[in-house]
Amino acid sequence: MTTITDQPKSQFRLSMLLYDTRYRSATIQVIAMLAFMLLAAWLISNTAQNLAALGKPIDFGFFGERSGYDINQRLLEYTSNDSHLRASFIGLLNTLVVAVLGCATATVIGIFVGVLRLSNNWLVAKVMTVYVEMFRNVPVLLWIVFTMAILIETLPSPSAFRGETPEASMNLFGSVAVTNRGIYVPEPLFSRGLGNIHLFGDSSLRFDVSLDLIAILVVLGASIWAAIAVRRRADRIQEATGTRPTTWYLTLGLIVIPTLILLVVLGFYLGLPELKGFNFSGGTHLRNSLIALWLALSLYTAAFIAEIVRAGILAISHGQTEAASALGLRSNRIMSLVILPQALRVIVPPLISQYLNLTKNSSLAIAVGYMDITGTLGGITLNQTGRELECILLLMLIYLIISLSISAVMNWYNESVKLKER
Amino acid sequence: MSGVHAHTVAYVRDTMLDQKEPPSTSVGAIGWARQNLFSGWFNTILTIIVLGLVAFVLGNILPWIFSPTWNAASLSECREILAAAGSVSDHGTSGACWGVINERWVQLLFGFYPSHLYWRPILALVLLCVALAPILFASSVPAKLIYFSALYPFIFPWLLWGGTVWGPLAALAGVVIGYVVYSVLSERVNALLGLIVGVAAALIWWFVLSGYVVDGLSSILPIGLETVESRNFGGFMLSITIGVVAIACSLPLGIVLALGRQSDLMIVKYLCVGFIEFIRGVPLITLLFVASTLLNIFMPPGTNFDIILRVMIMATLFSSAYMAEVIRGGLAALPKGQYEGADSLGLDYWQAQRLVIMPQALKISIPGIVSTFIGMFKDTTLVSIIGLLDPLGLSNAIRADANWNGIVWELYGFIALLFFVICFAMSRYSMYLERRLRTDRR
Amino acid sequence: MKKTVFIGALTVAGLAAGAAAAGTMDDVKTRGKLNCGVTTGLVGFAAPDASGEWKGFDVAVCRAVAAAVLGDPAAVEFVPTTGKTRFTALASGEVDLLARNTTWTFSRDVDLKFTFTGVNYYDGQGFMVPKELGVSSAKDLDGATVCIQTGTTTELNLADFFRANNISYEPVPIETNAEAQQQYLAGACDVYTTDASGLAATRATFENPADHVLLPEIISKEPLGPLVRHGDDEWADIVRWTLYALVAAEEMGISSANVEELSKGTNNPEINRILGTEGNLGEMFGLDAEWAKRAIMAGGNYGEVFATNIGENTPIGLARGLNAQWKDGGLQYAPPFR
Repeated sequence: MTTITDQPKSQFRLSMLLYDTRYRSATIQVIAMLAFMLLAAWLISNTAQNLAALGKPIDFGFFGERSGYDINQRLLEYTSNDSHLRASFIGLLNTLVVAVLGCATATVIGIFVGVLRLSNNWLVAKVMTVYVEMFRNVPVLLWIVFTMAILIETLPSPSAFRGETPEASMNLFGSVAVTNRGIYVPEPLFSRGLGNIHLFGDSSLRFDVSLDLIAILVVLGASIWAAIAVRRRADRIQEATGTRPTTWYLTLGLIVIPTLILLVVLGFYLGLPELKGFNFSGGTHLRNSLIALWLALSLYTAAFIAEIVRAGILAISHGQTEAASALGLRSNRIMSLVILPQALRVIVPPLISQYLNLTKNSSLAIAVGYMDITGTLGGITLNQTGRELECILLLMLIYLIISLSISAVMNWYNESVKLKER
Repeated sequence: MSGVHAHTVAYVRDTMLDQKEPPSTSVGAIGWARQNLFSGWFNTILTIIVLGLVAFVLGNILPWIFSPTWNAASLSECREILAAAGSVSDHGTSGACWGVINERWVQLLFGFYPSHLYWRPILALVLLCVALAPILFASSVPAKLIYFSALYPFIFPWLLWGGTVWGPLAALAGVVIGYVVYSVLSERVNALLGLIVGVAAALIWWFVLSGYVVDGLSSILPIGLETVESRNFGGFMLSITIGVVAIACSLPLGIVLALGRQSDLMIVKYLCVGFIEFIRGVPLITLLFVASTLLNIFMPPGTNFDIILRVMIMATLFSSAYMAEVIRGGLAALPKGQYEGADSLGLDYWQAQRLVIMPQALKISIPGIVSTFIGMFKDTTLVSIIGLLDPLGLSNAIRADANWNGIVWELYGFIALLFFVICFAMSRYSMYLERRLRTDRR
Repeated sequence: MKKTVFIGALTVAGLAAGAAAAGTMDDVKTRGKLNCGVTTGLVGFAAPDASGEWKGFDVAVCRAVAAAVLGDPAAVEFVPTTGKTRFTALASGEVDLLARNTTWTFSRDVDLKFTFTGVNYYDGQGFMVPKELGVSSAKDLDGATVCIQTGTTTELNLADFFRANNISYEPVPIETNAEAQQQYLAGACDVYTTDASGLAATRATFENPADHVLLPEIISKEPLGPLVRHGDDEWADIVRWTLYALVAAEEMGISSANVEELSKGTNNPEINRILGTEGNLGEMFGLDAEWAKRAIMAGGNYGEVFATNIGENTPIGLARGLNAQWKDGGLQYAPPFR
């Protein structure tokens, strides 16, 4: 900030390092750097001494050892014979799953609640205020254990589905079972499937990519591309002639029919969950721990997002609403076409930090036994191997990378929606 | 014109009619309800759904809350009382067991703090409010009180931890020594040199000399309070202590970091940015793991200080990164003219910061600081994961008592309620402040 | 702002560092307090009561050691530790003694460099199921959902057991016993597995304990005992022989009721040696003659400690089983005091 510069002097004296503004900044920087390096050196030498005394030099070899524990909720196959590295990888994926699901759900709930808080229905506005204040002012850890306890206590256990006159029954034509062990939903299966590609061989990072999924995605992508082409053509015709040809059946057909054909070719069917022995089997099992964590994080973060959305909407001047209604737009169209797009610019930056918070809060998964990266690498692996330094530093590094990537992506998005000022 | 009008129309009323009462459906309770609850079919449906939902939730919770178990001494006694009162459902007795709160609420508030010394944390809390008053309610308290606020950081640890009175006095003396050295040197020689030497003098006093002085003085004049070890802290007292210490210590750190991040000096800037982004990029729980398992490895061999102090250090580092961002926001919100004005008065960097920039930037940042504090205070529950007995950790310990094994909702509810009351009050205050600041600027 | 305390802590730490070299016992004596690591709460083994006083079977070990070394069973600072922090706390010197139902294993003894000073409770991992499931053996548990407490050897034993028997299961890892109990009671898991003592203690507090059974399989050996750091044999000896003094006291009929009378001298030379009226056993490891007497008076002999904290007359109601005296067919066996 200082703009004063001293008169240039002919020769250099040592005292000029302090007095001369040209050299002073360099002096300060050198001192800061030295202090930092001294601190770092001090910490490292302490660590080295302590580790030598404990007889535990830094060694990541334990990652290759057999982990010996099981993980219930996982995206990829894993057994207790796999390595600690594999377990950590599974945990990392679990962290990402809950973070992505949580961010998406929190955004939807948050926008919904934020808009409803401004509703002219007194009761709705008040109930939403109560929701927001309740969630914002109670620690998230408490909400997580609370949600878990509610799920466990209020939902029926699988045994309630048993017997001649079961107390509980499956929902949605017998395809979904909601129990206090989690939710069992049908899984897509293919009787004439194309099989999988195995990536990374036998290493700890191996995973299978379903060729069926790839095929479906490719076909769906092509269909959507075709649908867009149809729409562009309709746009051109509208511009040229003023009338827009009806295209919705074409679009619908383009998107649905090829995919349907592909599904029939692949022999698609749904694997339904059914009660067998102690548990439901078949279908996909979303564990209670995942649902509780997901729900609690979403509801907690949504309360903050609702406030951000509300502030964003209030920041748009009332003239915009009036202008839009003068154009003859209905109130829901005003919200979606005029207010929200403008409010988004105000909303996005604080939204980024909420996404970051949610991702970091997902580390509280250990409170409900969801095996995320903190539960595997920072939990059981650490306990079993006794390698605190390696595990925790790696854990921090992984979170740091995740956080930095999220903020990079969101900042890039923020740049692209920012008002282009001339 | 009016003349024309009067002639063309057969009959024109020439007296004003009295104003009519609005229809009874648009005033009073009915009118309010029509306007606010049943305007249009969509709102009506919404109202009915929400009413049903509220009724369902309250109908389930209220009978559970009103349960005559306040004096029960164990969970089984609760069950007997409830069975006698007839509140039995198909899954056993239903109703809260409030006996656990009756027996343990003092423990949930104070942890293991010696019961004859409860006045000390209470006094510390009351004095904290007094010390904060000149900052939070600047308009309605005498300005002289700010001197007490400056002394409070030395009173607070003494009240909570106890020990000889000379300890906090020696710490205060360090500040005085540093300041005297700084002001003498900066007048005679140079401000930067004064700052460096002043800080060095204070550090030397604190780390080398003060120990002997305190020992000497306390053997001559042993005035002091009974020492309480920090592992006796627990419950809400622990949460509040960690929160207050973290925020108080992170404020100066945060200012330095924010200035560093804004600074033109490249190395300083990148060090600050690196620190802030690192801390903000990792979850607090990993930092607590560091406190509980790694900090001893980073310290010189044989160093060992207890876990609550280590947690406070990590919490301070954690909140200082967030504090830096809040203060940076305050700095950025200041109009550029303020910086230029300060420069044009010929103030140097530190003078400009001290006299012009910081007072305004900090004032704008107070709502942000309060919400950082709320966040920190809520995050103190995480210490239960590393085995400290904060309210949540204590709830587990209480459930390990054979009498109360199986209690869930009562403890969680009580803890949630207390957190809610404290955080809600603070967030309301912060909103009030935001409104006031907004009017100030207009 | 709180630098006084930090400086205080640092100077204390400096003193502690100097003293640590002189041995844990001197350290404890200078401090006047024994720092003892316990669980954050486990029914019957360690839990604070309403007045903040810790009670339990593991706690009694700490109190006995404090009584032997410092002469005051109340001179203990209890440091609650989790499965993750317990070993760090001991290794870093934050606690002098860890009495936190910790299983004695090779790697903990050798690799993590701790010394186990005996076994105060012989345990093993068991299973509890609701009676209505009609399961009579753990081998019938194919496909069951199992609640496990994490941070211990439990999950490894479980994985090994099911793998060895080639049956599948669904693990539900849970941090605390209280939460595991809640999930089990609500039917969110079919089976609850942890140390058999923990299962019995948990079952005892159920509304209807008779609706649940413990399966006969005990799938692991869990010798739980107090441990200290490697390399301080004198301190390890003190903890070891304090524990043995309690065990031997029960064997010889010394109890908190009659210890005062017996310490006036008896015809049994071993009782005399334990209680310090004969020989100089206490002196050999740097304590006075009455160390064992104080340890026994702190909470009674091993049998009394067992009976008051987890025995059959408590709500927890554990039988002595493996923990009976060797004369009664158990494994508690104190080496001779001579």
